[in-house]
Amino acid sequence: MSAVTPLERRITRRAFVVGTTATGAGLAIGLALPLSPRAAAAAEGAPEVNAWVVIRPDDTVVVRIARSEMGQGTLTGLAQMVAEELECDWSKVTTEYPTPGENVARKRVWGSFSTGGSRGIRSSHDYVREGGAAARMMLVQAAADAWGVPASECTAAASVITHRPSGRTTTYGAVADAAAKLDPPASVTLKDPKDWTLIGQPVKRLDTLDKLTGKQVYGADLKLPGMLSAAIRDCPVFGGKVARLDTSKAESMPGVRKIVRVGESAVAVVADTWWRAKTALDAVDVAWDGGDNTKVSSASIADTLTRGLDADDAFVNHEVGDAAGAIATAARKVEAVYSTPFQNHAPMEPMNATARWTPERCEVWCPTQNGEAALAATASAAGLPIEQCEVYKIHLGGGFGRRGAFHDYVTQAVTIARELPGTPVKLLWSREEDMLHGHYHPVMQARLRGGLDADGNLTGLHIRLSGQSILAAVFPQNLRDGMDALAFQGYWAKGDHALAYTVPNLKTDHAMRNTHVPPGFWRGVNANQNCIFLECFMDELAEAAGQDALAFRRKLMADHPKSLAVLNAVAERAGWGTPAAAGVHRGLAHFNAFGSYVAACAEVSVADGKDVRVHRIVAATDCGYAVNPAQIERQIAGSFVYGLSALFSQACTVKDGRIEQDNFHVYDSMRIAQMPVVESIVMPSGGFWGGVGEPTICVAAPAVLNAIYRATGTRYRTFPLKDHGLRLV
Amino acid sequence: MTRLTINGQNHEIEVEPATPLLWAIREQVGLTGTKYGCGIGQCGACTVHLDGMPVRSCLIPVEAAAGKSIRTIEGLAEGGKLTRVQQAWLDHDVPQCGYCQAGMIMAVTALLERTPRPTDADIDAAITNICRCGTFQQVRAAIHAAAAA
Repeated sequence: MSAVTPLERRITRRAFVVGTTATGAGLAIGLALPLSPRAAAAAEGAPEVNAWVVIRPDDTVVVRIARSEMGQGTLTGLAQMVAEELECDWSKVTTEYPTPGENVARKRVWGSFSTGGSRGIRSSHDYVREGGAAARMMLVQAAADAWGVPASECTAAASVITHRPSGRTTTYGAVADAAAKLDPPASVTLKDPKDWTLIGQPVKRLDTLDKLTGKQVYGADLKLPGMLSAAIRDCPVFGGKVARLDTSKAESMPGVRKIVRVGESAVAVVADTWWRAKTALDAVDVAWDGGDNTKVSSASIADTLTRGLDADDAFVNHEVGDAAGAIATAARKVEAVYSTPFQNHAPMEPMNATARWTPERCEVWCPTQNGEAALAATASAAGLPIEQCEVYKIHLGGGFGRRGAFHDYVTQAVTIARELPGTPVKLLWSREEDMLHGHYHPVMQARLRGGLDADGNLTGLHIRLSGQSILAAVFPQNLRDGMDALAFQGYWAKGDHALAYTVPNLKTDHAMRNTHVPPGFWRGVNANQNCIFLECFMDELAEAAGQDALAFRRKLMADHPKSLAVLNAVAERAGWGTPAAAGVHRGLAHFNAFGSYVAACAEVSVADGKDVRVHRIVAATDCGYAVNPAQIERQIAGSFVYGLSALFSQACTVKDGRIEQDNFHVYDSMRIAQMPVVESIVMPSGGFWGGVGEPTICVAAPAVLNAIYRATGTRYRTFPLKDHGLRLV
Repeated sequence: MTRLTINGQNHEIEVEPATPLLWAIREQVGLTGTKYGCGIGQCGACTVHLDGMPVRSCLIPVEAAAGKSIRTIEGLAEGGKLTRVQQAWLDHDVPQCGYCQAGMIMAVTALLERTPRPTDADIDAAITNICRCGTFQQVRAAIHAAAAA
């Protein structure tokens, strides 16, 4: 075991603070020292100016980031927000995560830790900027006090404070100690956006270097002194339990320390290494009792949803005029039924958490999109007050919604660690476990009916959704009189997910049909299927009306100028209305989601009726303020990979109550050869804060589907496309 | 006792011979830059070089790697100096979550050693790693930049 020494050396405070790997203080605390971030910083001689800003004597600025970095660049964007107001030298900025426990102890000074719903920046932009501004004012005041001059005669730029009348200067590092002793200002004034010099700049991410050298520690990589590793197998039928267990063979296998029942439904093997734990777990003979859920299949679920298309019990979200009457009397009627399957998040890093439990204290190290929720799960599973628990966040190897509302992996890790008091136990799920125990993108069917008048104008539209409610399963307190408003993303009358068309007679309703397969928030959430339903159907309507797909849409968008602007932008850039290359066909889609306006024009060719090549997607987004355009472009292109992987290849099907797809060989994900050129148009119009990580994903699929229709004459309405023999090449 | 030569260093480890090389590297040797993603050779997060060839280390029994030269992501930057591939990754801001990038960089490094100026078709054929964040557009640009460096 030659490895132990270098690994332990890596788990030092310095190793974690250098660079931007965050969690530095957290890990140090977790190992031995009961220091708060404030105390930890002070111990290094680096005072905390306020909760958001620590400045070291060498002028290094440590910006505290409450939200999680899971790939979307949130950490860098938030640091830009603080640094903009702080007026510090950006080249000296680094970051760290405060701990959820510290947030509790300090009366939630950092606000929410939740990183989902594309809210990382848009729901914290005000107070993080205020944190930076307050710190700047305190630093300037400290310099002014030292010079005996009014602060109003001093200015700050690039971490240097200047007394204008005398020309004297000092640095943030020199006055940080004194600034930290000052009272925070009673009020702060934020910069006018037109004066921003850092927000809006395409600066490089702060967290890249360690990801190139193998130094970046993810949860799966964590190693603590004396740590053991655990592998787990949970009943593959959701809601089922262990019926019979034979661990006799596994008990004597190499490295095995303990075999643990985890709740009623799971068994875990704890060993000195994860591979030995997993190998022994494979030797555990377990029989499952899936109960009545074993009777559930994809076909039975589909049947339930199909009946929901005609059911009377539907929640009405957005109703204008008399849709049914308008459609009944229309000169031309169009109807279509679409359906979308379950999908797993499948982040590259499987679920994992490391826990150390004693009767007095429980600590957890984990990748999480919501540190506070992870802390709550820790306390609950530990049987301890929250004040006696702590969570140390680690960069995520992907989140996509899987690690935000659900901390099943934390609950399991703590439950296992309780069997080995004082010993840190790292629980890592196999990919198979991850695939079979997701919180899946919900199944949904939709029937759309439209009525056109003699001139081809849309006079009535009814969208009936039938399928799962995420909120009913995850946050039932957020239902409104039983209705899941989130199911209608993109169809709302107003707000973050508003319909981008004006239709004289409109009805959107949802027959809630829940299943035993747990649903979750999957990047883009319900915008994914809702955009496919609406934007493919708009093409169907346009064709029935004998009109160009762009012209048909524009007529309905006079009252939606921001949506029209992004749609026009992609049409213009892609050359809509001009001939494409030979064999290449175009398709459009646009949507409003998470407070942003997005559109795409895809260019597609289809060979032999089955080999689909997506040559290019022109994409536009108006997210109000664009904090970092370069990172926004990466989110657009990246989200298209996630969305198109699902469109072409990904479905989690149910047989005997369990998910059938257990790894990437049957749940394929796009490779570089299939990647289209993505041309992004970032066009922030200002005055609002829209999301970035999720909104754009939903337009890729319908834009491609509309192009495939033009290429093939076939309208595909069930997914994934591989079920129709289509493949992305 | 199994002897592994990783990044020029010898490691004597006690491990079951059928243990995948990935897990021996991660758990017995302690180099965690090489990632577990699928365990069935699909995703490429565990890519290392075995005698200069890129391999999916989750599929190779550790005994089959004994006596061979193994290179991992930790063995690329010598004395802290990034390789041209790593530098191109930094210049192009490639990683998002970053979990797959060690495997991606190892696959690309091997490609450029065999094919110094790869075409897009060469890249498509050689780089089959999964990236769920979808960094491919930046990966392609960075490969061409590294090749031109």
